[in-house]
Amino acid sequence: MRRTFNKFFASRLAAPLLYLVAFGWGLGRSIQMNGGNYLEFIVPGIIALSAMTTSFGAVGTNLNMSRLYHKTLDEYLIAPISASAFVLGKVLAGVVRGLIASLIILVLAFLFGAHLVLNGWFFLVVLLNCFLFSALGAVTAMVVNSHEDMANFSTFVILPMSFLCGTFFSLERLPAVFGSVINVLPLTHASYLLRSLTSGQGMLPLSLAVLAVYAAVFFTAAVVAVRRVR
Amino acid sequence: MIELRQLAKQYGSIEAVAGLDLKIDRGEIFGLLGPNGAGKTTTIRMLTMLTRPSGGSALINGCEITRDLSKVKKEIGVVPQHMNLDLELTARENLELHGRLHKMPRAQRQQRAEELLVYVELADRAHDLVSKFSGGMKRRLMIARALMHHPGVLFLDEPSAGLDPQARRRIWDLIRRMNGEGMIVLLTTHYIEEAEVLCHRVGIMDRGRLIALGTPTELKQMVGEVVVESLNHGDTEYRFFAGREQALVYAGSLAENVVIREANLEDVFVELTGRKVGD
Repeated sequence: MRRTFNKFFASRLAAPLLYLVAFGWGLGRSIQMNGGNYLEFIVPGIIALSAMTTSFGAVGTNLNMSRLYHKTLDEYLIAPISASAFVLGKVLAGVVRGLIASLIILVLAFLFGAHLVLNGWFFLVVLLNCFLFSALGAVTAMVVNSHEDMANFSTFVILPMSFLCGTFFSLERLPAVFGSVINVLPLTHASYLLRSLTSGQGMLPLSLAVLAVYAAVFFTAAVVAVRRVR
Repeated sequence: MIELRQLAKQYGSIEAVAGLDLKIDRGEIFGLLGPNGAGKTTTIRMLTMLTRPSGGSALINGCEITRDLSKVKKEIGVVPQHMNLDLELTARENLELHGRLHKMPRAQRQQRAEELLVYVELADRAHDLVSKFSGGMKRRLMIARALMHHPGVLFLDEPSAGLDPQARRRIWDLIRRMNGEGMIVLLTTHYIEEAEVLCHRVGIMDRGRLIALGTPTELKQMVGEVVVESLNHGDTEYRFFAGREQALVYAGSLAENVVIREANLEDVFVELTGRKVGD
């Protein structure tokens, strides 16, 4: 990470900058959301989705390449470390990258003039969001048997979540059936929670519990997947 | 000591390794020779716990591979066939990472990394990124990495595959030096010369089975130490003889295009299986 930080930093800057310019500055000036500024509506969503894609990609792509292409995973499998320690290390590396990506967006959002309430809960939720998607990346990387399928997973699961889970618009505008499916997804709850916290409306305990359960399930599944890779 | 008892691996209906029985003693360089798909790499993967055996058992210095996982991991060093160093790290960082995975204290792993970089003649490249290394240098670094935690047994899967002759000989010298210090070395190869010049004993594998076992000399004596090659209607025929005199008598009876030479392990393999090692 030390040697590739500049590249990582620049790549994490590009997408949120475009989202903020297009949706925040461009489209956002003519839209009011829940009686407030659209920029302040979408920033929590962009943080949630950027943390998701960064954490998932950092662990998923890296581990899948390590397992199938570079074969560096073998070096860890023959070392006297437990599967849970290995997964925890990978997931925490993904969390760090996700947190950096989130901080970049926060700084950009303030430069764009957004007014957000930040507290400890906000950072805990971002951390939990990064953790669960890092763990999902680890599970996917260990289960999927080609780089193409890894990309397909991103296309069919991660990409739709990015746009549909309450990141850019309110779910109340969707048909009820569609909305109830999306309500089960973790990114929806991360978006709800971050938006509620940054607008000063406080914690949503149910959403926090949903994120915690997803994090625990994905982490356990990743540990099992590493154990079964033999 | 390494001891395999009916060690087997099955992938669906395919028998990759079919009940291997084998003992390798301390201080021995043992080579598994055979064509691609013979089961050599699967055997090493089972012994290094990267693949779960379907049957049988194996002991490494008294520890059973499926039961005493953490003890076995401390006993073995592994140099896989594929280059799996971290290319974003320097030579020294790769060694230190391995030391950390094996829970070596900081001072100890720094000292050991320095020693090993000298040992594999890479001390002057210690702080260079591995991505800039040649194939031979990467292979030497992989050997150094496998030795970081002082293993008693070293597994090398095709250690000189893809290397030029000079780099190959440096790897052989390194293997002999490690063996001279009392380490058991188990290597797989499909290079005949490598098995002949390096290994104390060789096991020839074909289709998951060990079809011959002995020193290179013993194996050659099995088929005859001298070969007469002759052309017969465009096909090469091989006849094996115990000594050069009998071979000369036979060669004299042939019209032309005759070659008399010493037998090698490839001849043994062809004679036993009807196929070439590279097939």
